[in-house]
Parts: sequence; structure tokens; C-alpha cells
Amino acid sequence: MVDVCIIGGGVIGTAIARELSRYALSITLLEQKNDLAEGSTKANSAIVHAGFDATPGTLKARFNRLGQSVFSRWCEELKVPYRRNTSLVVAFKPEDRSGLVSLMDRGRQNQINQLRIIDARELRQREPQIGPQACCALLAESGGITSPYELALELAAHAYQNGVKFQLQTTVLTVRRESNYFVCETSGGPVLSRCIVNAAGINADLINNQLSESTFQIRPRRGEYLMLDKVCGSAFQATIFQLPTAMGKGILISPTVENTVLLGPTAENIEDRDDVRTTAGGFEQILRVASMSWPDIPRQHFITAFAGLRATSDRDDFIVGPSDDIPGLFNAAGIDSPGLTAAPAIAMELAANIADYCQSKLKNDFRPPEHKKKPFRLMSDSEKEAAIEQDSSYGRIVCRCEQVTEAEVVEAIRRPIGARTVDGVKRRTRAGMGRCQAGFCLPRVMEILSRELNIPMTAVEKSNPNTELITGRWPEAINPLIHEDRERQVL
Amino acid sequence: MPKVTSIDILIIGGGPAGLAAAVAAWDAGCRSLLILERDERMGGILQQCIHSGFGLHYFGESLTGTEYADRWISQVEERAIPYQCQTMVIDLTDSRQVTAVSPQYGLQRFQAGAIILAMGCRERPRGALAIPGTNCAGILTAGAAQRLVNLNGEIPGKRVVILGSGDIGLIMARRMVSVGARVLACVELMPYSSGLPRNVVQCLQDFDIPLLLNHTVISIQGRGRLSSVTIAQVDPETRQPISGTERVIECDTLLLSVGLIPENELSRSAGVLLSGQTQGPLVSQSMQTTVPGIFACGNVLHVHDLVDAVSEEAVVAGLSAVRWIEQYHCDTPEEDILCRLEAGRGIRGLVPQRISLPLETDYIVIHFRPFQVFQPGEIRVRADGQTLLKLKRRVLTPGQEETIRIPSERIREGRVQSIIVEAGDSLE
Repeated sequence: MVDVCIIGGGVIGTAIARELSRYALSITLLEQKNDLAEGSTKANSAIVHAGFDATPGTLKARFNRLGQSVFSRWCEELKVPYRRNTSLVVAFKPEDRSGLVSLMDRGRQNQINQLRIIDARELRQREPQIGPQACCALLAESGGITSPYELALELAAHAYQNGVKFQLQTTVLTVRRESNYFVCETSGGPVLSRCIVNAAGINADLINNQLSESTFQIRPRRGEYLMLDKVCGSAFQATIFQLPTAMGKGILISPTVENTVLLGPTAENIEDRDDVRTTAGGFEQILRVASMSWPDIPRQHFITAFAGLRATSDRDDFIVGPSDDIPGLFNAAGIDSPGLTAAPAIAMELAANIADYCQSKLKNDFRPPEHKKKPFRLMSDSEKEAAIEQDSSYGRIVCRCEQVTEAEVVEAIRRPIGARTVDGVKRRTRAGMGRCQAGFCLPRVMEILSRELNIPMTAVEKSNPNTELITGRWPEAINPLIHEDRERQVL
Repeated sequence: MPKVTSIDILIIGGGPAGLAAAVAAWDAGCRSLLILERDERMGGILQQCIHSGFGLHYFGESLTGTEYADRWISQVEERAIPYQCQTMVIDLTDSRQVTAVSPQYGLQRFQAGAIILAMGCRERPRGALAIPGTNCAGILTAGAAQRLVNLNGEIPGKRVVILGSGDIGLIMARRMVSVGARVLACVELMPYSSGLPRNVVQCLQDFDIPLLLNHTVISIQGRGRLSSVTIAQVDPETRQPISGTERVIECDTLLLSVGLIPENELSRSAGVLLSGQTQGPLVSQSMQTTVPGIFACGNVLHVHDLVDAVSEEAVVAGLSAVRWIEQYHCDTPEEDILCRLEAGRGIRGLVPQRISLPLETDYIVIHFRPFQVFQPGEIRVRADGQTLLKLKRRVLTPGQEETIRIPSERIREGRVQSIIVEAGDSLE
């Protein structure tokens, strides 16, 4: 029996795990996929929202504001990339200026400072590439960008260091309440706990509704994105939003912390909770709508497209806090935008609630995070020289587009809750995220995984089970009739 | 502070271009040169090319890719030309400073008298085309599959569809059959294959693999591993999928042969200007880029069809680099541009783009690709309005790079300012 069972290993679940690990509690986190951050966490806009957009009085507004205020400190402590690049909500018709004013008012109600409306001249000074019809914009100085999956992974590592147990590839089949504890029947056996934290993302309704009468439904909403090469990275400084109009919510353009450029997302209600396909329609919509902000989107610099599902609920707000009717059940559900920004605040508040429920005190031996080593591509020449001298595998570049070395791939595998798949290596090191999209590094990363995990190449997976990349070896896989002939001759 | 090593000629890349440039430079008298190669061995892309057809022009024999590479590697070894493998150049400046990393030698800094860019090219990935569908295992570029199969003996799949009928796609169609896979189709967007005609015959027709011209892959299906692709016919004018022609092909592997992109990241860092048509550096006939003392040859300059032409071009680059060092001792003189070359109607990807003094070779080698198919075709070279050359070809196709030679004399004598190369239908 553990004190707390957290269901879900995205940025919400891992943030809660880390905050809870400050207390004298036994904690287990269950994640259905074979790696963390495999759900919405790896496929969102990566924006740390200023917080003007949320409806005042909602949990979204409150947690956005609180999360925003601590976000840079969280990233600093965990050595996760973060940049306060500001946000601009752009209007393309003079009469839409009033829409910007409404947003600014809403922001003020949400106690967001550093908001002002700028005119076309200042907008063009800041963003020379902005489309010709842009006439004014709401500038939010506190808007920022980060790396959501890196944040989740580092939160998990910090939680692990402080005693949290992680069970990957563990699906919760059913959950029920016995007298004063819970039983999760999982694919890896039963897990008993005094409390449950429901951070199950797209499946949070399935967990809650097995226990509580206060039910909700998750209505997944798919968002597609397009990504452009770093050579375009200086096209825009700020995250460029489009003022929502009758035509829709608009498409954003944002630099990422790695200086690639993200376009998207679309929004489409989806029945199938596994459907993260990109579509021709989504692609066309992104380009058409984004071209208002960026008329000459350089198509020759596309590097990839991807999609994620928003865990939108039917409640119009986050569902965060102790369950109405089930003691010990704590929900962190319906976390769509601004979920990433809100994660620190949700985690801090829920952790305090849970610690209170469990009557648990803060540990006095809470350990600071053990960071991964500085990425080679960010080192100075003398740091690079020293790194290679200490460990020659820093001198072997595995991913030429992102300058990722063998040493970093090995570290990504060997760290706690390390990479077990090609995508796991990718998310921890950036190998495969560059312009050639793993054309160069794939065989090399696979060889390192095979060696480190002591598995044959035919067992190396791209991501989840049944994603093996090599189906056979040659010459063994040749026409079996040849082998038959050989056998006959021997006899 | 890492020490800086001075080298007269530093060659980035030990594939066919780098190797031939090195041998030529050595034979022209340079004794301070170094090849930096990022792979375990030299040979570049040829290491994984086990099929034959290499060297028909240069050596008069049909060699495999590895044999062709070995011909040059042994020349390098015989001359004891210095080289380092497992060494990746991570920075290049316009003053020809190079930073490289290797496990054996650590971080190294070089100051080169001249640089020869020979980095080759990379393959266009799925993401660049944004083919809709799932992000499943089983999708890779044809070259990456070739490396897995030929160097590692690892088979990436059993039921294969190939997108793109360029040479690498065609070669891999045959290769996958030979390792026991079923190759279901080769899907080509254009109305013609962009590969060599002999490859279409020897890789597809000989194995009864359907070549679906005017088709493309419109979506990719598969949870985890690829399970099928949807193809559709495209409108010959717009290249857009025609509604109603969709067909699903069940497969577990999609190999992409959808374009090669010269790898000019380092060239860009050094401020080398690139051609929008070739994606490679703008060069003179001596392979001099727009940055003095930096030369380029091989696939980094423009995507070649034949490695023989790569070697020929690389020899020019090697000789030019030696001459440049001897004459200018690493000063940066003004280039004396004699005339400009332009791509006229019907062609693209013209190399070189300018002719400079000294013009010491007997002829100038010009490469280009026709914009479309001309059958029969005609190549016209006009200098300042006058027709310099008219060549007939049975067929001109974008899949086959054309090489023409213009006697230097005609340019020197005629005091030509600008040359336009065009292609079109034969008028006779």
C-alpha cells in the first residue's frame, strides 16, 4: 500500500509527483505508455501563456497566473529551456482593435500586468515579417516559451531522486474504493493506495467516473502543427497569435526554444482517443490562416508535422482539486490550454491538499535536482574540448543536424527513467528532431540502444510496442526454400 | 585555448569528391593537406552502393560503388595523404577557420589556406513533404534503408512501397526484393521517372514492380508500425490528387526517394552564397565559391547522376585550390570575373554560374538539368546574343543531368560578357 498513486505521466502528473515528493509520503506514478510525456505533453504549442486569455474567475485564470509567476524559476532550477519572448495578439482589421481592448480588459481582471496595445508602426518594428494587413496588436510582455516534454522528464527525474516510483507501460484497467483505500487493477497487477491523483489526461474521465458520481466527459480535440527549420528561427521574436474572430480561433506562429518555428494548432473534435494523425485539411488550414501573419511562409523549410489531443472536458474549466464525493480522490483533469503554464500551480496546490489529507509533513532531506549534463551543442569550444578529453564519446557526433553526441545519447539511456526507444532518445537529446529528421542518426541511435539495453537490433523500437524498426536480418531472411535445399543436402 | 593547426588545403568530406580533390591537389604538388571525414571510413555514400555502373566513364569499367571508392582510397593511401575519420566539422568561417570534433583527437582548430567543400548531400524526409497520416515506424528514406541493409545486414521491412522513382528509389526496389521483401509499387509524381532509364529497366521492369507515374502517396496509416498507404493519381497540370482515384496499398514499409539536398550548413556559416536552383554554392568554372579560397565539388555543389562527373569536378577543385594558394598566398584578391552564365528557358540548376580569370583549361564543363522532358531536344548556348553552340539530344529529361563542354578559346577570344544556356524542343 502506498500513500499516493498518481495516474498519468505527462507534465501534470510528473509536476504533482515532484511536489508531493517534498513530503514524507510513499508515491507511485503509473503511466500507460512505455515512456513519460507521450500524450498531450509532447504535442502542444509549448507556450507559457501570459494569462490574459482565460475567463476571469475560473481555475484556468487562477492557475495560469500562478503558474506563470513561478515558471521561469522552475525551469531555472531544473535547467529546462525557457525564454520570455513575449506574446502578440494581432488584429488584421482596424475595427478589430476593440477585440484587443476586450482581451486587455480581461487580462486586467485576471490581474495580468504588462499588457498594452501597440500600433502598426511599433508592431512592424518588432516584427518586420508580419503580414501587411496587421494593424495593431496586444503585447503581453510576460508571454514565454519552453520545452514541455523536457520539463516533464526533468520533473520526473527530480521526483525519482526523492523517492517516487515510476511504473511505465502500466495501464489502469479498473479502479475501485475499498473501505479507506483504493485498488487500481493494472496490467502489471494491483496497486493499493490511500489516495489517487487522476492526471490521466485524455482518459481522466474513465478514471473519475469509475469512482465518483460527479462525472465528467473528456471530449478530445485534436490540434495539428507544422514545424519549420531553424534557418527560419529569426522570422519572429514573439509568439504571434491572431485575434479570434467570427472566422475562428486563428493560427499561431511561434519560435521554439530551439529556434525552430511552430505553426498551428487546428482544432477538431475527435472520437478515437488514439487518433493523432495529421491531415491534408489541417495542413491546408494552417498555411492558409497563418499566411495572414506570415505571407511568405517558406515551404522549402518544413521539417515535420505532428498532432496532439487536447484533454478538453465538458465542464469548460480545469477540474482540479479533491473530488466532491470521494475522499482521497484528487483530480487534475480536463487540462487543456493553458495546462502547461498552469502545471506548477496545479501541482503545488494539489500537493498541499494531499499532504494535508494524509497528514504528512515536509521532508527535511528533500534533495535538489541532479541535472543532465549540458548539451554539447550549447557548450563553448573550451567546454567541448574538456568534455571530449574526459569522455571521448563526446567526440562522436551522432546527430549532425542538432550536434548531439554519443555521450548524450548514452546518458539519456542510463539516467533514471531513461530512454528505451528511438523516440525516447529523441525527446531527451533532440537527436532526430533536426532538418534531416533522423536520416543520419537513426542507425547510429539504434546501435547505441541495442548496445546499452543489450537487445538485438530487431528488438529496437521507435516508440511503443510493435514499433520495431528492423524486421529481419539478411541473409537469414532470404527465401526459406534455399534453407530447405541445404537441409536436404545435409541429409 | 585549443591550438590552431595550419593546413594549406583542408578538404571537408572523404567521399568521392573529397578523395579525388585530394589526389589531384597532391599530384599538383601540395604536401600540406588533410581530409576530414565524419564516418568510420572514407568513401562517403559509395560505401553503401554495392550495385555496379560506377566508373564507366572515368575508368572505362563497370565497378560497384565500393570498388570505385576503393580506387580512390588506395590512391590516397599510396600517396600517404593525411586524413582523419570519425571527425565532424562543426564550424567553418569565411576566413577559413575550421573547428572539428573527433573522439580520438578531441576538439581541433585549423586555419586553412584553402578549403574544399565536399560534404555531399542529404535526403529529403517525409516531414518536408508533410505527407498526412500517422507518425509510425516503417517510414524511412531510401538511402537510410540502403545503409541499414548493405552495411549492417538489417532489413527494415517486408512489404514495401517506394515513393519517388529517382535512382536511389529504383536501386532500393531491387535491393529489397533481393533480401526477400515484396516491393508492391514505385509511386512517381511526375509523368516520367527521374532515374536513369537503365535503372527503370533493371530495377523495376525486370522484377515486375509496377511504376505508377502521375501518382503520389496522399496518406499514411498505421498504429505503431505502418500498415498501409493511400495513393492517388494526380492531375498532370496541377500535380494535385484526383478525387476518386484513391487506392489503399497494404504495406509495412514506405521508402522515400523524394529528392536530395546538398548539405550546405557549413557553407552558410562561412557566408558562402548558394544558388536557389541547385541549393549548392555559386561557383566559377574553377569551383571557386563566392568566398575567396573556398571551393566546392561533388553533390554539395549540385546533385550529380554519375560519380564519374563528381571525380572530374573534384579534380578541377583540387587543382584550383593548389593554384589559388600558390598565386595568392592566402591573400584575398578581387576575383576577375570574365562572364556570367545564366539558366535560360527550359533549364535549371546551371553550374558554374560565372567564369573567372585565369581561364587555363581547354574547355569549360557546364552542368544543368532540363526543366521538363524534350523529346527530341536541343541545347542552345548563346553568348551575347550569338549562338555559340547547338547540340541535339534524342531526349532531355529532368532525371538526367546534362553535361556540355564549351571550348575556352571561344570565350576568351570573343570577349564574352554573358552566356545563356537554354533547352527546348528540337526545331528540326
